[in-house]
Amino acid sequence: MEKYETVIGLEIHAELCTESKLFCHCAYIFGALANDCTCPVCLGMPGTLPVINKRALEFAIRAGLAIGCEITVDSKFDRKNYFYPDLPKNYQISQYDLPLCKNGQVTFEFEGERRTVALRRIHLEEDAGKSVHAEVTGDATRSFMDFNRAGVPLLEIVSEPELHSPEEAIAYCRAVKEILEYIGVSDCNMEEGSLRCEPNISLRPRGSQELGTRTEIKNKNSFQELIDAMEYEVKRQTRILDAGGEVVQETLLFDAATGRTVAMRGKEEADDYRYFPEPDLVHVQIDAEWIEEIQLTLPELPAARRKRFITDYGISPENAEFLTGTRQLAEFFDEAAQLSGEPTACANWIMGDLMRLLNTADSDIHESNVTPAHLNELIQLIDNATISGKIAKSVLDDVFETGKMPKQIVAEKGLAQITDTSEIETIVLQVVEEHPGPAQDYRDGTKKAIGFLVGQVMRATRGKANPQLVNQILTQVLSTE
Amino acid sequence: MATITTDGVRHVANLARLEFNDEETQHFTEQLARILDYIGKLNELETDAVPPTSHIHPLQNVTKPDVVKSSYPREEVLANAPEAEAGYFGVPRVIDTAN
Repeated sequence: MEKYETVIGLEIHAELCTESKLFCHCAYIFGALANDCTCPVCLGMPGTLPVINKRALEFAIRAGLAIGCEITVDSKFDRKNYFYPDLPKNYQISQYDLPLCKNGQVTFEFEGERRTVALRRIHLEEDAGKSVHAEVTGDATRSFMDFNRAGVPLLEIVSEPELHSPEEAIAYCRAVKEILEYIGVSDCNMEEGSLRCEPNISLRPRGSQELGTRTEIKNKNSFQELIDAMEYEVKRQTRILDAGGEVVQETLLFDAATGRTVAMRGKEEADDYRYFPEPDLVHVQIDAEWIEEIQLTLPELPAARRKRFITDYGISPENAEFLTGTRQLAEFFDEAAQLSGEPTACANWIMGDLMRLLNTADSDIHESNVTPAHLNELIQLIDNATISGKIAKSVLDDVFETGKMPKQIVAEKGLAQITDTSEIETIVLQVVEEHPGPAQDYRDGTKKAIGFLVGQVMRATRGKANPQLVNQILTQVLSTE
Repeated sequence: MATITTDGVRHVANLARLEFNDEETQHFTEQLARILDYIGKLNELETDAVPPTSHIHPLQNVTKPDVVKSSYPREEVLANAPEAEAGYFGVPRVIDTAN
């Protein structure tokens, strides 16, 4: 057993997918030309005043409710003062002592167990701009600022330090990401920076209750970088403590190229930010009716949905996990399962052939031609023996291509199964005559020789004969002759 | 009553990115101490029954709908910038790993 216990807390920043920014009417378009999405308000020009985007408040409350937080009825915004060139006003409008949401919890699976991590708070704040360095002009003495992202609404989600390994921290992040995506408040696109994680890490002797000195790692926007950074930091702190040294509280940058963390700046204490109530914004009073209204529009969350798929539909936990991977996938499956009354068949079709088609076409389920209604019809066609499972696969390929209903495809291509016993018998007799060897083998006791003959019949009917029927008739023919 | 030390003044000056020599630091320490003393008079008030106030306007919930309006043309945005290049605002180089 390790000598030290790792203690990790996480701050997650998620950009809200509102149409406009938090305090002005600019839209933020990822990848737009530098400073093309700005106005005097988000540039912090003197004389401008911010006005709160109501939708951003709604999204923050939505996230709070989904994570089981208490919603702060009487909330306000505060100024956090610091100088950095990506912060146009030299302060960030954030929330200090009255965050919109408090005390939630996130439950997730980790190494086969259910884990619950307490959330300290969720608050709303504005994002900063982006600095680019010499790559723009080759001038290494200057930095360059793009304020498109400045003023985009950001949720800061702060967990208690209750995570005990980098892997567990990632599982927690994924759970939060999944919730935010499900409830539609953030696209959580890590590559585009709409979800960023800052872990704080400390070690303590196993069994100790006291927290050790922590370090914070800045803005990681991929799970891989995040895990590499945390693992490196745990090792670095272990070495320091083993050598009898002390960890210094500081903010670190993780350099993905060297795989090391480097000190960024001494951590500024809360006092240094000189928080004070934002005089340009008035109080926010959230009434109970609004909270209830938002509560009513919350979709079923992934964890609850997984549980329902397992208990109501008899889906295995692994498959339920897969099928709730995205909200669209889960809703597709749910609808198909309800339409057809055959959840297992739906799960198999979705996870097998449909996924294969989607992966090949590099597209998502909600963009595809295949709808739950198509899948339902396909399953009914197999159930009533109109087509075999094998033919159904090719029908699904066609549905995927054309969006036509399976019945129409079957009719147009003449794919309906041959269930006429006499027609099959004629073909069976012909096949037996053409292949006396295997037929004799079967009669002599090599029962598996029938497989070859079934194959030949299927071939002769281009897959349209009902395989069970073929088997049955073949057995009959071979044993009577 | 809290007193302010020269170290305190240096710390605050640093947060505000101001540079003072020793003489100025001494000067501001004395001035700030007098200001704090003066403000400290407020502590004599009995405020137990007064709810904390963070805003003087009797207003709440001033919000805007989530509607997009055009941003400013960036030529205009950058027109007053002391330095602009390739559509960016130019600033002295930022060193992330400073101190």
